[in-house]
Amino acid sequence: MTQRVGIEVSRAVAIAARLANVDVVAAYPITPQTHIVEDLSEMVASGELDASYIPVESEHSAMSSCLGSAAVGARTFTATASQGMELMHEVLYVASGMRLPIVMAVANRALSAPISIWGDHSDVMSVRDTGWIQIFVTNGQEAFDNIFCAFRIGEDRRVLLPVMIHLDGFQLTHVIEPIYLEDQDKVDKFLPPNEYPLPLDPDRPVTMGAFGPPDIYTEVKKAQDVVLTSSKEVILEAWKEFGDIFGRYYSPIQCYRCEGAKVLLMTMGSFSETAMSAVDAMRDDGNAVGLLNLRLWRPFPFAEIRQAVKDIDVLIVFDRALSFGGPGGPVCSEVRSALYNLDKKPKVVGFVGGLGGRVVSLAGFREIIERGTRIAKEGTEQEFEMFGVRE
Amino acid sequence: MTESEGKPTWQQIEIGAIITEPGSARQYQTGDWRTQRPTYAHERCIKCGLCSIYCPEGCIEPNEEGYFEADLFYCKGCGICARECWTKAINMVEEE
Ligand code: SF4
Ligand code: SF4
Repeated sequence: MTQRVGIEVSRAVAIAARLANVDVVAAYPITPQTHIVEDLSEMVASGELDASYIPVESEHSAMSSCLGSAAVGARTFTATASQGMELMHEVLYVASGMRLPIVMAVANRALSAPISIWGDHSDVMSVRDTGWIQIFVTNGQEAFDNIFCAFRIGEDRRVLLPVMIHLDGFQLTHVIEPIYLEDQDKVDKFLPPNEYPLPLDPDRPVTMGAFGPPDIYTEVKKAQDVVLTSSKEVILEAWKEFGDIFGRYYSPIQCYRCEGAKVLLMTMGSFSETAMSAVDAMRDDGNAVGLLNLRLWRPFPFAEIRQAVKDIDVLIVFDRALSFGGPGGPVCSEVRSALYNLDKKPKVVGFVGGLGGRVVSLAGFREIIERGTRIAKEGTEQEFEMFGVRE
Repeated sequence: MTESEGKPTWQQIEIGAIITEPGSARQYQTGDWRTQRPTYAHERCIKCGLCSIYCPEGCIEPNEEGYFEADLFYCKGCGICARECWTKAINMVEEE
């Protein structure tokens, strides 16, 4: 029987990796990811998990080891955050370019300087273009569930790409939530063994990661972009089947109380649940507002976003990262460009906040929705506005 | 759309550009980088083979008479052989 237990989300993620029957974990500890890999190393040490745990000396080595293990066809898991992800940055491109289905949990955290161990999405946005499938999770259950989905999607023959699961540092990693920890046989039913089609094998030698001269590089990159874009079909299929087995359905964007709304707020990650409460409160007061919770960040869900906003007047996008000297929030600027060529589109108002662990409360989201609506009505929208900054 | 000119299209690229055919680097014509080519004064050559050891392409081999010469399919014209040859038997000349 599936049990619902109160458990720290990091520990649930480690259990998910165990239930996914990973073969190799190569990781370096960094706050706020530490509990995930600490638990996995204990599971391997105690024999509870039959896997190799490679205690590397840096995140660069962690991801490099993951390349090797995925290349021989081993199911490979790692986790990192913030500066750690920056240190492995160049290797991230190699993982996607070589089409190795590694799964990585990212405990989203701000980037230095100044030093901050607290959460935001600066680290996510710095790896936006690395060619990984990227999924934001809203709560602990989604984090747990999407570890299985990530392996299933990444290892699918039609995909063969690495997958990041973004879970907010502290706000998710360090909280205890009630989570359904699923049974092994149900997981096994959903997640078949990994069969990488062209593994490193002495009996069938191949060359991986060779150089690509100018007359081949463009074609390789085109193929990579097409496969990432079209992986959406496989993601939808995996989420559907996951729902059919486990009873929890996921979608690229979750439309929360969008019926009849003329104003929608878009958020991602754990902040979406707070924003939902703000929407509830505003609905109670008779305001036709709703929330779009963005789950699928790469491949970017163009069609779903266009569909979700087709009848609304105002879309307010709340980012937790800043593109310095640029258009403000990365999500907002992508949403804007996704809508630009449409004849009928809502006004898009961008806010950036929740940086480096700064809390945005229910009242804060209410203020964002009200302020965004007013800005749209007055026509005074700028590229973006910083929310909650002292002046 | 660009013509494929016998080279693979993006649809034909193997997953992650994995190379399944051993030794396919042989097909890579580094010779088309060349702006200079080595020419040989055989009367000065003592057939020591030093040029072949220094050649970064490994493309120098003795011909039927034992004189060391470059395979111009691979020779990229770097001139290292000419510089290292102690009898000055190799002279680099501009490609037309
Ligand atoms: S190094 Fe000079 S002398 Fe020696 S084999 Fe080459 S060309 Fe001849
Ligand atoms: S020019 Fe360079 S590549 Fe050509 S034969 Fe001499 S050493 Fe080799």
